[in-house]
Parts: sequence; C-alpha cells; structure tokens
Amino acid sequence: MLIGLYNYWVVVVLMMIGFYIVIANGNLIKKIVGLSIFQTSVFIFYISMAKVDGGTAPILAEGIKQYSNPLPHVLILTAIVVGIATTAVGLALAVRIKEAYGSIEEEEIQAKDNLDC
Amino acid sequence: MTSVFLLAFLVVIAVAIVRMRDLLAVSMLLGIYGLLSASFFVTMDAVDVAFTEASVGAGISTLLMLAAITLTGRSEHPTRHKPVLALFVVLITGCLLIYGTLDMPYFGSADAPIHLHVAPHYINNSMQEIGIPNIVTSVLASYRGFDTFGEVVVIFTAGMGVLALLSVVRRAENITKIDSINDSMHAEYLILRIVVKALIPFILLYALYVQFHGDFGPGGGFQAGVIFAAAIILYAMLFGMSTARRVINQSVIQFFAAIGVLLYGSVGVVALINGKSFLDYSALSADPVAGQHLGILLVELGVGLTVASVMVIIFFNFEGRRDVLQSQENNHKGDN
Amino acid sequence: MLTHLPVLQVIVPLLAAPLCLLLTRSRLVWVFTLIVSGLAFVISGLLLQQVMATGTIIYELGGWDAPWGIEYRIDQLNALLLLIISGVSTVVLMAAHTSIRKEISPDRHSLFYILYLLSLAGMLGIVATADAFNVFVFLEISSLSAYALIALGKDRRALWASYQYLIMGTIGATFILIGIGLMYQMTGTLNMYDLSQRLPGVENTRTLFTAFSFFIVGVCLKLALFPLHLWLPNAYAYAPSIVTAFFAATATKVAIYLLIRFTFSIFGLSFSFTALPLQLLFVVLGLAGVFVASTSAIYQTNIKHLFAYSSIAQVGYMIIGFSVSTVTGLMATLLHMFNHALMKSALFLALGAVMYRFGSVKINDFHGLGRLMPYTMAAIVVGGISLIGVPLTVGFISKWYLLMALIEKGWWPVAVLILIGSLLAVVYVWRLVEVAYFKPPVAGNEAVKEAPLSFLIPIWLLVSANIYFGIDTRLSIQVAQAAAHSLFGVSP
Repeated sequence: MLIGLYNYWVVVVLMMIGFYIVIANGNLIKKIVGLSIFQTSVFIFYISMAKVDGGTAPILAEGIKQYSNPLPHVLILTAIVVGIATTAVGLALAVRIKEAYGSIEEEEIQAKDNLDC
Repeated sequence: MTSVFLLAFLVVIAVAIVRMRDLLAVSMLLGIYGLLSASFFVTMDAVDVAFTEASVGAGISTLLMLAAITLTGRSEHPTRHKPVLALFVVLITGCLLIYGTLDMPYFGSADAPIHLHVAPHYINNSMQEIGIPNIVTSVLASYRGFDTFGEVVVIFTAGMGVLALLSVVRRAENITKIDSINDSMHAEYLILRIVVKALIPFILLYALYVQFHGDFGPGGGFQAGVIFAAAIILYAMLFGMSTARRVINQSVIQFFAAIGVLLYGSVGVVALINGKSFLDYSALSADPVAGQHLGILLVELGVGLTVASVMVIIFFNFEGRRDVLQSQENNHKGDN
Repeated sequence: MLTHLPVLQVIVPLLAAPLCLLLTRSRLVWVFTLIVSGLAFVISGLLLQQVMATGTIIYELGGWDAPWGIEYRIDQLNALLLLIISGVSTVVLMAAHTSIRKEISPDRHSLFYILYLLSLAGMLGIVATADAFNVFVFLEISSLSAYALIALGKDRRALWASYQYLIMGTIGATFILIGIGLMYQMTGTLNMYDLSQRLPGVENTRTLFTAFSFFIVGVCLKLALFPLHLWLPNAYAYAPSIVTAFFAATATKVAIYLLIRFTFSIFGLSFSFTALPLQLLFVVLGLAGVFVASTSAIYQTNIKHLFAYSSIAQVGYMIIGFSVSTVTGLMATLLHMFNHALMKSALFLALGAVMYRFGSVKINDFHGLGRLMPYTMAAIVVGGISLIGVPLTVGFISKWYLLMALIEKGWWPVAVLILIGSLLAVVYVWRLVEVAYFKPPVAGNEAVKEAPLSFLIPIWLLVSANIYFGIDTRLSIQVAQAAAHSLFGVSP
C-alpha cells in the first residue's frame, strides 16, 4: 500500500501547500503563485493515474504492447492552458490594484476600502 | 525511482516558496517547480504534457510573474495575524483527500478502471480512424476536439481580459526618440543582440517544426504558439518595446488572435454545412481519414495562431503598463 | 439545420465574440451582440419546444459516439436553463449601449461586448454539455470573462472585488477538477450518462465519497452558498450595471444547475443523500443564508449591495427546495430559478437606470425617486413585491410551491422559518419604498429626469414578465414539472 499510494500522498501534500499559500498569504502575487502550485499539483495527480507500469508514451510504434493512458494527458494539456490564462488575468488584476491602491497587501487594501465606506 | 526523487524535490521547493518573502526568488522557484513537474511528466510517459508544462510553467508564467513584479514591487510584507483558520481548513481538506486515496487503484496498475474503459478505444482504433501515430494529438484534436476548441477560447478570453485590464491608448511615438533609446540600448546589449538576432530565425523554425510535427511526436499548436511568441518577446526585450511595437502592430496581433479562433470554428462550421456534426473532420474530404488529417492540421494551426498572438498581447500589455507608470512618475517629478 | 440546434446554441455566441474584434464602431458591435444574443434566445426557445415534444435530444460533437467523443444532451432541465440565460442576456443587452456609455471608457466598449458574449457562451456551454470535463472548460470561459467584466467597473473597489472573486472562483474550479478527476479515476469515463451507469459499481468506495465532497464544495463556492458567499456582494455591487443585471440573474443559477445535474442525474439520489448528510446540511445552510443575508441586506446603504445580499438569501430558498428532495421541492427550486432570474434582472437593470442618472445608487439617491423617476421606481417596487412573494407576481408562485413541498414532507418548522424570512424581505424593500415616496429629493437632485426609453423598455419587459408569469403559470410550471419528473425518473 505504501508504494502503491506514495505518489498520491505526495501529491496531496503538494496540493495542500499550494492551497495554504492561497488562503493564508496576504500578498496578491503570492496568492497567485499559490494557485499555480495548487493547480500544477492537480495536474501531477491526473498524470500519475495515467501511468501504466511498463508502458511507454502513447505514440504508436511497432513492437510496443503497453501504452500509458493518453486521455488524462489530453485533459491536462487543456487544464495547463486554463491555468496560465487564469494566472495572466490574476496578475493583470494585481497590477491594476497596485496602481489604484498603491499596495498589493490584502490587509492594506481592505483597510483603505473600509475608509471609503 | 526517478519520479520518487522528483516528487520529493517538488515538496522541498513548495515549502521554500511558502517561507520565502522575496517575490523575485519566489517566481524563480515557481519556474523551477514548473520545470521539475515537467520532468516528472516525462517519467510518467506524458511527453506532450511535459513539453507544454516546460514552456508554460517554466517559461511563460515565470516571465509574466517577473513582468508583474517589476510593476508591483518585489517584497512581501510579513503578515501579523496567525493563520490558524487557514491551517485548519487545509488540514481538513488534506485529510479528506488522503482518506479518498485509500480506495484508489494502486499507482501504475494496468487493471485500473481508467485503463479498461474508453482509453483502450483510442489506443486500439485511432490508427484506423484518424491515422496518425500520436494518440494524444488524435484525442486532443479530434475525439475531444470540442474541449480543445474551448481551450482556444479560454486563451482568447484571457487575451481579451488582459486587454480590458491593462491596455492603454497611446499617442504616436516620436521616431527620433525611439532611435535614441535604441542606440543607448545598443551599446549595453551589443553581444546579446547579435546572439539573439542569430537565434531568432532558428526559434521560429523550431516553432514551425513543433507545429507541424505534432502528429508524429510530442508537440502541436499550443507548444508551437508559445515558442513562436517567445521569439517575439525575446526580440522585444532586447530591442526595446517601442521598436518592437513598430515591427509588430498591436491591432494586427489582435486580429490574428481572433482569426485563430475563427479558423478553428470554421472547420467545424464547414462540417455543419456538409450535413455532419460540428467538428466532424471526415466531412472535409471524400476519404474520412484524409479529412481527419486535414482537419487536425487546420485546427492545430488555429490553436497556434491564437496562442502565439495572445501570449504576445499579454506580454506587450504588461510591459506597456510600465511606460504608463514611468511617465506618471516623471510627470510627478516635473510638478515638484 | 434543426438537428444542429444544440451546438448552434453555444457556438453562435462563441464565434460571434472574435468577430466583434473585426467590427469597429461601438454602436455596430452593440447591434451585432444584441442580434447574436437574440438568435441564441430563439434557438433556446426552439430547443425547449423540441424537448417538450420529443424528449431528450442527443448531439454528438465531432461525429464520435459517446463516451469516446463529447456529446450534448438536452433535456427539460437544461432547456429551461438555456432559455433563462439567453432570454435574460438579450433583454439586458438592450440597455447596454446607453448604460456603458456612462460607466465604461469608450476604448473598452468592444472588449466589453466580446467578454459579455464569451461569458454568455461559457454559461450556455456548461449547461448544454453532457461531458464532465467539458463542464470545467466552459466554466473557465465564463469565469475568466466574468472576472474581466467585473473589473471594468469604474470604482477601484471593482478591481479588488474581481480579484477576490478570481481567487475564490479558481479554488472552486480546482475543487471541481479534483472531484471530476477522482470520479474519472474510479470509472474511466467522463461522459455524464456513462458515469451514472458506472458509479453505482463503486458506490461504497472512500474515493467516490471524496470525489462527491470536493465536487459539492467547489459548486457551493460558485453558487455562493452561505458561508461561502463572501465574494458575491462586492462583485455584484461594483461591476458595471449591465454586468450585474446579467450575472445576478444567471451566474448562480448555472452553479445550482450543476449541483442538481450531478446529484440527481449522475451520482443518483440514493447515493447523494446518504453519502453526506446533505439534506440536513443544506437545510441548515439554506436557512442560515436566508436569515444572515436578509438581515445584512437591511443594513446596506448601497442599494446594489442590498440586492446582492438578497440574492444570497434567494439562493438559500433554492437550496432548501433542493434539500427537500421530492418532486415538489425540486419544482420549487426550478421555478424559483426561473422567477428569481426575472426579478433580479428587472431590479438590477432598474438600478442601472438610477446609476445612469445619479452616478451612484446610495440610499440618499432614492429620496423622492418616486417623483423623479416614476417608471423606474415603480419597476423597483414591482420587483420588490415579487421578491417578497406577494400573489399575482412570480415570487408568489415559487414560495407557494416551496411551502407545499415543505408541508408535504412534514417540515413545519422550516416552513414557518421561511415565512419569517420573507418578512425580512418586506423590511428591506419597504426601506426603499419609504424614502422614494415619502421623502423629498436631496438638495441638488430635484432636476433629475426619468431614465431614457432604452432603459425603460427592457426594464418594463422584465417587469411585465414578472407579472405575466405570476398569473399565467402554464409555461413555467409545465417545464419545471416535466424536468423534476424526469430527474426523479417518474414518467409524468
């Protein structure tokens, strides 16, 4: 069981580190870094489940019997693209927030907002 | 065995990112994280994914982070409150996930459900039905071609979103001023410039290779688009944004981003007009397999076009914001 | 072409978005967007008619049989949702050209329409598809465009609200991705119908339990279920008026659709309601949402905030109907989704008109509004009455069904609490009515004129729908009933 599930457990640890950075950090850029780690770890999870012992990359060739599963690869290709798209929009927002509030720290922005109200 | 070490390294880097306060270092570490996970994907036989993750995780996203940090400042303030609640939430979520792993099929076992249903069809039949060796490309561009269409639209959306957030209306730039900036950079970056000038044609050539070789090996429109954009971004970094803007017209780039999506969509619409389902490439030719070939070629071209254009749009708009910020600061100084 | 309606529903707005980049003038882009959205509305009408007549429509994308390819599957439930989304989008767009002239700088008008179309197409795509991963892709299209649209608001707080929404939305989407991944791992398939056939085989695994939990939490983040609602009020309050009117009527509904689709059609009733104590959990959270959000609504001075909190409360009612898990309960939820879309789009569009004249929607601006903008204020009053649930408005119909469902089930205390919750709505609506009709305008506001016709026409279209569907309930009840029956697998 230890060897059979080791990969998944490490992936869970990675996911949770990313998740922790997102919700515990006050810096807007760091939060996006956290999201990125969180998502990348989910990719690792998907790719891990596609692996077949003794398999090779899913490119058809003579004399190969066992291929790893191509479907999760396809899904993750799409998900990587979605991830970078989110990162780009998130960073653009952070830049605009810096210009508008003069800060990218959650606490300071919140404080300025409370003054506005 | 390699994969075990790679995973351990990933954990080390993730922990380092948690503890690091310097955002420049954080983005470098994130780049390494991307590169390591790309290496992990290679050990998992996911070569296409590895290629993409290397160009996105280690390439584009690091670049964007750096572009953002130059605008927002690089140091993170220490937070005063103790994140007990966050820790609690993360712990619960993590425990739930670990609990979920207990009934999972073991890693690498060939009789896991995902290897018995759906996927075998792709492995056994894609050669007759589509006729290209790279199964990932077959699934990506044809069996699940609609997902990939969605993916192109996501990238397009990101491009439009960044434009909506960051674009600035700029006045015509003074050509002599551009030339003087250009000359001043020339002395500083002489060697780099010569090297890059020699490199760019090869990068572009490589992008084209990746674009059209995706049927046979790892690669395809997305990776090619990123590499293509990298060449342009490299040029912009060393020859100055103003010069780059003169070479690459912004509205033309936006036009290309739209054309890529429309190219993908119109392949689908042609199938509709021929009375087949949306994105049924067999409608494109009398021979269904030849139709699949043509269809995949065209949609990959659409992907490449949109990805390259959007990457350039995103980078140019981040950099363009810096000019705005600088001119604002200069005005302030002038007022004082 | 009729056989291609399911895919046309999504690709028409999707392909129209990049086409907008090729048009130049703002007015031209607006007309084009309006036509495209109208076309989507017509398509959804035809689809609903077809579904009601012949049953579920299946469309195989790329010509590949499911589960190897992706398929669209339109039944009564998604046909209803498609109608709501494209209908509201079209009516709201009528006022867009006038409204954004005051709220968004001219160089971003085209981008606004492009993002709007992308968001519309994304939501339609989520609803139409029968592939779990395809849901994720279209979810991201609609979310990314939503973040950008909200950030177009002119107040700087729009940026901060949009950022917070982005973080919460992405966490939600990633949770959904984990859930889908675990489901896939246990069954090997992503097709919804195929999943529903294969999940019972692995029903007792801990992995499936985790998959279900992650999916539910992810969806609840998206639908702003109390206590995961914190991103919503500011996002709605600071977004451009048109965006608020569109999202308030549709965005949370799409998430509720996903909840219903996955619990009823995919995981199946017996699993969904036994694996987690979902019934108890949702009744408690739904009620808490109703009370906390309605109470917060009473204390708001920004009226967009007020109705945003009211939206959270209304989500509470929908969730309570869902947790009753009987045909009547589900009908109440579906009816309320339909009706709430009508109320909130009318209300937020009317607030858009106020915004157009005053530049803000503070409670002070409402002083004497009954005299300054009589038609707009009257629309707000009708919308508010509908929100409370007074007979002859749509709000009454859904509350009535909800109460019936609760009484059928014997949940008397919940029924009583819901009635008390409705009284809170009376309080916050009355506050508005009071200042609008019984107070003189604040100094400097006396010269404000009624909103232009480009606002009044769509507002009153929606208000009339509020009354029409409150009296002639054939369409909404028939569809809701058919959808609820088919979800429970009962033949009507």
